[in-house]
Amino acid sequence: MKGRAVKTAVLVFPGSNCDHDAYHALKHVVGVDAEFVWHKESSLSGFGAVVIPGGFTYGDYLRTGAMAKLSPVMEAVRGFAAAGGPVIGICNGFQILLEAGLLPGAMIVNESLRFVCDYVHLRTETERTPFTRGIRRERVLKIPVAHYQGNYYADETVLSALEAKGQVVFRYCDAGGEATPESNPNGSARNIAGICNEAGNVLGMMPHPERCAEGVLGSADGRLLFDAMVSWLGERGR
Amino acid sequence: MKAKIYVTFKKGVLDPQGKAIHASLTHLGIGGVEDVRVGKFMEVRLHEMGKEEARARLEEACRRLLANTVIEDYRVEVEG
Repeated sequence: MKGRAVKTAVLVFPGSNCDHDAYHALKHVVGVDAEFVWHKESSLSGFGAVVIPGGFTYGDYLRTGAMAKLSPVMEAVRGFAAAGGPVIGICNGFQILLEAGLLPGAMIVNESLRFVCDYVHLRTETERTPFTRGIRRERVLKIPVAHYQGNYYADETVLSALEAKGQVVFRYCDAGGEATPESNPNGSARNIAGICNEAGNVLGMMPHPERCAEGVLGSADGRLLFDAMVSWLGERGR
Repeated sequence: MKAKIYVTFKKGVLDPQGKAIHASLTHLGIGGVEDVRVGKFMEVRLHEMGKEEARARLEEACRRLLANTVIEDYRVEVEG
């Protein structure tokens, strides 16, 4: 079966809590091999893709993701990403990627000072990542968010560079695809919901595709990202 | 020996907590407050060592962990 040979790593830190959701979406919905990888591991060899799931690693002590970035497995993620391997950080996983310096910018608390837990609309801005390949640009996806610190911040120079280099992957928008202030759930700069690195293989996003990969959950749009990843890996024989 | 570390938001970075606290102070009738910024304060105890050595170590700690220099500034005060 297509994609069967692909093995994906789902990282597990103390305080990860979306690891099982990601594992389920990959293994039982998409049908690719998935394995949990404890944060003390120092190698990711044999894996085709890496998922850094959501949660509250180390209780969000100091800053979200600040402790997790020092886990041994993050050095392996760094090497994996540098070699072009696809990495997706979801919610706290995105925060960890920012803290680790694998993606630019930082997260601050939501402008509303409220924990936001709701479905949002996302406008796909680029097909260039392994996770959005084949998802038409400007396509609107319905994917839930659940976070207190998802207010993406970067200075104007960094934001302009992100736009110029096509690194903005998802923007919060309304159902019609307009990135309005009302559709921005957390105050993120330029309605940014997800960004990638310059090479395009590392994606960080606050919304949770693993929570909406099956119709029974209210939306199956999240599955599109994992399907894209599988076909990307298949084409490259990874 | 002891040291104090202050981690504060950089100028221009929005501080929603500070804004909410400012609004609450106004609500309490405590006037004249123009702005509030919330930061972190850490007290550190170290082995005895030279003040400059202590400062250098703690500044490295700030750069690598205690502050996120994308959004925060830090200040180290070594006592004694």
